[in-house]
Amino acid sequence: MADTSMFQQAIDFINSEADLLDHKAYADWLGLWERDGIYVVPVDIHESDFANTLNFAYDDHAMREMRVARLESGESVSGEAQEGTVRSLSRFRLLEESDQEIRLRCAMFLSEVRLAKPLLYPANVEYRLTKTPAGLRLHTKVVRLINAGHHLNTVAFIF
Amino acid sequence: MNKLIDIENITADPGHLVEEGRIHKSLYSDPAIFEQELERIFNSTWVWVAHESEVAEAGSYKTAFIGRQPVIVSRDRKKNIHVLLNRCRHRGATVCEGKKGKTKAFTCPYHGWGYSLDGELRAIPKAEEYEGVIDKQELPLERLRHDSYQGMIFATFNEDAEPLETFLGGARKWIDLFMKQSGGYPLQVLGDHRFRFPGNWKIQLENTTDAYHFPIVHKSFISSLDDQTSEVFDFLDGEGFVEDLGNGHSVMVMIPELVDLEANLDDPIPERFAELAEALRGEGHEETEVRRLVRAVGGTGFNLNLFPNVACSMAFFRVLTPISVEETEIHHVAIGGAGAPAPFNQMRMRLHEHFQGPMGFGTPDDAEGWERVQKGSLAGPDGWILVNRGLKRMQPSADGNPAGAVCSETGMRAAYQMWKRLMTEEAGE
Repeated sequence: MADTSMFQQAIDFINSEADLLDHKAYADWLGLWERDGIYVVPVDIHESDFANTLNFAYDDHAMREMRVARLESGESVSGEAQEGTVRSLSRFRLLEESDQEIRLRCAMFLSEVRLAKPLLYPANVEYRLTKTPAGLRLHTKVVRLINAGHHLNTVAFIF
Repeated sequence: MNKLIDIENITADPGHLVEEGRIHKSLYSDPAIFEQELERIFNSTWVWVAHESEVAEAGSYKTAFIGRQPVIVSRDRKKNIHVLLNRCRHRGATVCEGKKGKTKAFTCPYHGWGYSLDGELRAIPKAEEYEGVIDKQELPLERLRHDSYQGMIFATFNEDAEPLETFLGGARKWIDLFMKQSGGYPLQVLGDHRFRFPGNWKIQLENTTDAYHFPIVHKSFISSLDDQTSEVFDFLDGEGFVEDLGNGHSVMVMIPELVDLEANLDDPIPERFAELAEALRGEGHEETEVRRLVRAVGGTGFNLNLFPNVACSMAFFRVLTPISVEETEIHHVAIGGAGAPAPFNQMRMRLHEHFQGPMGFGTPDDAEGWERVQKGSLAGPDGWILVNRGLKRMQPSADGNPAGAVCSETGMRAAYQMWKRLMTEEAGE
């Protein structure tokens, strides 16, 4: 039987991560990660071998740092024009739990405003969080956009 | 009194909208011009539809568009390639909605008419009602004329179009050079990034041959590179050039030392590829093979713009599809080597993800610029867009073509002269 309080802690952690991203607190977001963690937005939502396939984003620690540096640099015209995002996470499901880690899946509805129009990005998001003495840490985040197989708009934020 | 619209510059004749060094902004925003472009350009000349590796095996298919028209590129059981209109001959539904895949047949979902991969009509449910009415042999999926060069498949609706090789002309030399980047293995499509932007297709066409924007728009990308690599991308004052290759095609050479990827294999391995070289050595590859792969992994130092819809752009194919006068879909097609060592293809995909696609460090900033151009095209009274940079400093290239500096607008002028030719050509010319 899963530890329900751990499940709730994981949900709280994920909601807090979403809040950081919506409020562009990118430095704090980087601080949630394990150094060997991977952030992925796959092109094929059925894919699991991300290293050997093309993704929209496949960020190790260095790429995450560079992605954040770019958005915060003031040098990116799209980053500067981006007005913000609002995301809502729900339908959390516990996939697996061990002494070392917990895996969850949830629904995400993210909206941004582009040229005065709200755009919607529905996705299934999967998290793998590690349990450490200092609390939960983000190890893997896979964002499966349901429109990934068709076409996106350009993205100047972090899913 | 200020004029809000420069009425004297608005004309229905496309020939008057393109001059040597400027184009009228209505080329981005007039729906009537867009409809003419579909007919006179996309339905009349050679349009890229696929790379052969996307339909590598018997039974493979890929869907694509020529202008607004949906087509299927397929490989039949005998491994012949076909380009078919994606439209059932009965009531006209599309018979294939997949992006790519393998199949034994295309079956219309509406009434079940089934077609083989070469387009032949094979199956009609309850065929008895058609006795004496239709002959299956006369109703295949409509086949388009197509041809390939170096694995790049082009198709055309125009039976009278010049041969593909003639159409590509001076671009063929550069396609040959571009294909060297698969490191000695057959070139293979590894996947693609697809996105749309709210702007006219020609804004993207121009961008592929626009070095001038690079240090401005892509400052944040350059900042993300190591010092050695950012020097490589600091090419505006270098020895690069833009050459008009005829028929609207052009090449922009940004990094001359990366034109021929099979040359200079003894050069020092760049810092950013040192880890890749070690990984390849670790897999037991000979030093010559390691150096060939490392030299090829970052792609070529040039962008080859092929009119009207594809570019061989440094390390990938850039494909554009016009959706409407003010919307365009772009595919950034990642390429590697079929059967090449995994670390090589992985590095190529990671480099692609770094700059290309809707989440790359380059594309979102490009798109922001393009959206601004589209928005600005509605503002008057100055109705013209300048493409005259470097106009008075042209020199003949080594191949005898007109060429200008790397940040000249030579390639844009080449494309617009082809646009003008096709848009004003009399039928039968």
